Amino acid sequence: MENLEPLAHQARSAIAAAQDGVTLEQLRVDYLGKKGRLTGLLKGLSTLSSEERPKAGALINVVKQELQELIGERKATLEAAAVEAKLEQEAIDVTLPGRANTVGGVHPVSQTIERMEDFFAAIGFDVVEGPEIEDDYHNFEALNIPAHHPARAMHDTFYVDEHTVLRTHTSPVQVRVMENQEPPLRIICPGRVYRCDSDLTHTPMFHQVEGLLIDQHSSFSDLKGLVEDFLRVFFERDLEVRFRPSYFPFTEPSAEVDIQCVNCGGEGCRVCSQTGWLEVMGCGMVHPKVFESAGIDAEQYSGFAFGMGVERLAMLRYGVNDLRLFFDNDLRFLEQF
Amino acid sequence: MKISEKWLREWVSPQLTTQELAHQITMAGLEVDAIEPVADMFSGVVVAKILSVEPHPNADKLRVCQVTAGSETVQIVCGAPNARVGLKVPLAQIEAQLPGNFKIKAAKLRGVQSQGMLCAEQELGLSNSSDGLMELASDAPVGTDLRCYLELDDHVVDISVTPNRADCLGISGIAREVGLLNNLAVTEPVVTEALETIADTITVEVQAKECCPRYVARVIKGIDISRSSPQWLQEKLRRCGVRSIDAVVDVTNYLLLELGQPMHAFDLSMLQGAIEVRMAAPDESITLLDGKTVKLSAGTLVIADSNGPLAMAGIMGGQRSAVSGATKDVVLEAAFFAPKPLAGVARSYGLHTDSSHRFERGVDFKLQVHAMERATQMLLELVGGEAGPIQEVVSDSNLPVRPDVVLRAARIEKVLGLSLSVDEVERILCGLGLGVAEINGGWRCTVPSWRFDIAIEADLLEELARVYGYNRLPVTHIHAKLEMQARPEKEVSVRYLRRHLSARGYREAITYSFVDPQLQRVFDPEQAPVALSNPISADMAVMRTSLLPGLVSAVVHNTNRQQSCVRLFETGLRFIPSDSGLRQLPTLAMALTGPRFAESWASPAKDADFFDLKGEVESLLGLTRMSDHFSFDATSRSALHPGQTARITRNGAAVGFVGALHPSVGAGLGLNAPLYVCEIDLTVLLVGEIPKYAELSKFPEVRRDLAIVVDKTVSSSRLMEEVRAAAGTYITDLRLFDVYTGKGIDPKRKSLALGLTFRDQSRTLAEEDVNEAVGQVIDLLEKNYNAELRN
Repeated sequence: MENLEPLAHQARSAIAAAQDGVTLEQLRVDYLGKKGRLTGLLKGLSTLSSEERPKAGALINVVKQELQELIGERKATLEAAAVEAKLEQEAIDVTLPGRANTVGGVHPVSQTIERMEDFFAAIGFDVVEGPEIEDDYHNFEALNIPAHHPARAMHDTFYVDEHTVLRTHTSPVQVRVMENQEPPLRIICPGRVYRCDSDLTHTPMFHQVEGLLIDQHSSFSDLKGLVEDFLRVFFERDLEVRFRPSYFPFTEPSAEVDIQCVNCGGEGCRVCSQTGWLEVMGCGMVHPKVFESAGIDAEQYSGFAFGMGVERLAMLRYGVNDLRLFFDNDLRFLEQF
Repeated sequence: MKISEKWLREWVSPQLTTQELAHQITMAGLEVDAIEPVADMFSGVVVAKILSVEPHPNADKLRVCQVTAGSETVQIVCGAPNARVGLKVPLAQIEAQLPGNFKIKAAKLRGVQSQGMLCAEQELGLSNSSDGLMELASDAPVGTDLRCYLELDDHVVDISVTPNRADCLGISGIAREVGLLNNLAVTEPVVTEALETIADTITVEVQAKECCPRYVARVIKGIDISRSSPQWLQEKLRRCGVRSIDAVVDVTNYLLLELGQPMHAFDLSMLQGAIEVRMAAPDESITLLDGKTVKLSAGTLVIADSNGPLAMAGIMGGQRSAVSGATKDVVLEAAFFAPKPLAGVARSYGLHTDSSHRFERGVDFKLQVHAMERATQMLLELVGGEAGPIQEVVSDSNLPVRPDVVLRAARIEKVLGLSLSVDEVERILCGLGLGVAEINGGWRCTVPSWRFDIAIEADLLEELARVYGYNRLPVTHIHAKLEMQARPEKEVSVRYLRRHLSARGYREAITYSFVDPQLQRVFDPEQAPVALSNPISADMAVMRTSLLPGLVSAVVHNTNRQQSCVRLFETGLRFIPSDSGLRQLPTLAMALTGPRFAESWASPAKDADFFDLKGEVESLLGLTRMSDHFSFDATSRSALHPGQTARITRNGAAVGFVGALHPSVGAGLGLNAPLYVCEIDLTVLLVGEIPKYAELSKFPEVRRDLAIVVDKTVSSSRLMEEVRAAAGTYITDLRLFDVYTGKGIDPKRKSLALGLTFRDQSRTLAEEDVNEAVGQVIDLLEKNYNAELRN
């Protein structure tokens, strides 16, 4: 039994020094296996006296249990180290850009129209679209703009033939709705419109959003409230808004709406031509003749209409300084939205 | 229209600064576009007289002038060709400050002393160009400060007058507005009725009475046309943007500006017989004042004599009877030409004059005699002469009628949301020149002859709101019933498609709806497009029948700017003329060129191909949840690659196509890389199906793979369809997971690898079930496709 302690010592060192699972297993077999050295000592107990045997057996079992635990601990340590090493091996540069990471984008004009639609849809306006090649009646006559009316000159109309035009505004959509639906009506009409004009500040095609509300009691004051609200939510600012008398054949009273310049805050700058004000939309109470054309009783109902240029508002909102960029479709421009 | 602020203030002058006045009228509907000082800032410039002009001893182009500015005589070296003895000119004295921060100092010019500078208009900021010294009137008082003499402390106010407010196309109308807005009386110039001193008349025959309900003429004889208009008159005209011609023309222009009444003067000696007001006869023509000869069309009203047309009535006078330096006797004309018949006539000749602008919008039809008296009075004062009697030809039945308009008090509240006091209503309406009588519940108003825009109650409401002030009207919020709106779940919105494509790397483009007819023909030669009768340019002349010409051009714009990877889409209408009428079809188009992935460490540098774009289309179809209603088959199409184009059908009907641009078309457009395009009827993408749940199977699936070799020409989608049909009821998925041509395969054949997945709802499938299904598939493939099984 005198060699139990040296044996234990040797085994402890060997376990502590083992660097992998295979070595450990071999040590387990060597010491604790059926033919192992510690097992051999147990077998040798038979040579001892019956008084010594239980004591020696207990000593050997203590060592056996200790070695078993040491092997288990060492095994766990080695496994943990192996996992650690593997993880270390698998480390990557997480700052590299991801794969297929490009997204496209929606045109700023569409984004602007969508925002407008949302504001109005939230208070019960329907979005309605219509044809872009229009007949003279819906584009002009039904809107109280008879042939040779001076207002026609303001429209710079593209003609397809004598009676057919590219719509100069989206108001004809409103006419079509009035023809087919009974009031009350709350609609907005976004879309492309066309004017035969092209220079720094005009493109022959642009977008408008026009709105129409017809109800039994709607007044110019309601129109003011709606327009002011819209401009404030659109620009997300508490803007100064003013209404200026103007003239449109299809509304009366008619107004142009100016906002305090969003660039200079009303101080006067290049964007507002030093006036401090920016003209952003036109509006007014629906003209009785328009009601008459559409077969709506102007005594029972009143209503108002408003219209704005989408590119104009998008330019002010995003600081775009050249209208033509919207139709160049240059990726360097589109990517900014 | 441009007006002089000083001129307006002669009529009415509120205690307001120029800016305040401009703001006030802008907010009343007369929008001020610009305010400009009539002259730049300068000081130390006086009226001087040239006493002598001597050649400069050392310079050919310079001369030495002795000039007096009152008390003393100074010597000035001057280069202007019009310097002459007796001429009155502006003198910038020593220490004078000229525009551009330019200070005058004594100087020697080529060795000769010069004690100041004689000025041209340009140097004083009075005009943009001048070709010599500014010549002042001979009665200009020497020594007077030029700013005082010319009354230069004035502004040009440019007002944009809306088409309904013809009454404000003259100082008088604007003054009426300003008077009302400030509660001030308006001072009109005193017009003495010119005593007729001669009995001369000219016969006036108005044939076209509907077009010319009133024609006023007067003969004035013995004028001295050599007397030029005085400085004050020239200055007033200049400030309103009108050039001085001669005293007669200047007076007619003065009245156009002052009263808004266009007038005309004929040289009496050039007239033959009576003045006729009639429609142009066939084949008549006239040489206008601007020297252009135009052939007159039937709808044109003319003033004529027995030799033919003298003027295009209300538009422009003719050369033959124009006042000239030799004119001694004139006929003055002040007419009311009715707006409707005149509308559009000037424009049909490409003309737009101050006169036509006013007549088309409506000139006060009671103004003509008054204007004639005022013009006569001025003319006699300026150039002498003797006036004959006023001749007036009037057709009462053709003059505009102004029915009374009733305004109901309750309507003010209803339409404007405002309650106005009776006094305020009456003050405003009376101030506008309306006759106002109170009736039960409102007022009955008579409308003045100068207002062509007041015929119904709404017109009066507008006037009230305008004068009261839009910004003083209350602000309220709309009230409406909160009703829930239907939102069909099976609909897919365009907005959703945009976001879907955007997430997949595509950018939305917006291209013009009109395109180049040549490019249009390349993409759609069969379809005649809608052509514009007045296109803005030759390359924007027809309405697109396809979105591709525009979208492909947008791609080219970008590839020309070093962008290799371009992915665009657009939605919009295309315009297809057909026997049943024009169709305006909502359409979606896409274009793709360049690498499949943006250049990156992580992605192989590989170019996108047909299947990249087809995959995008399939993803869009998937949004409808009705993918199985759509199919693709090979087709050919103009401008597209004959071997790489597929037609898209929905339940058998063609709804679009996807394909590669034909390489030669691409090369013609300057594209170096293949471009893939598609176009699809947008409406088929916007209607889908509401999801319907199907039971999930609890039993395992079985997968079998088949590798087969078939002819290259076999359509894989057809083959897959047939395989699915032959595979019995247990097949749940069928996919084509490999296609191979090349080494080891007959060059006319291709290898396809199919993955078949089987599963049943009610039991685990037995080996025999699957073998039977696969056996049927193999039979089919061998029989119908001459397929060999690989391995």
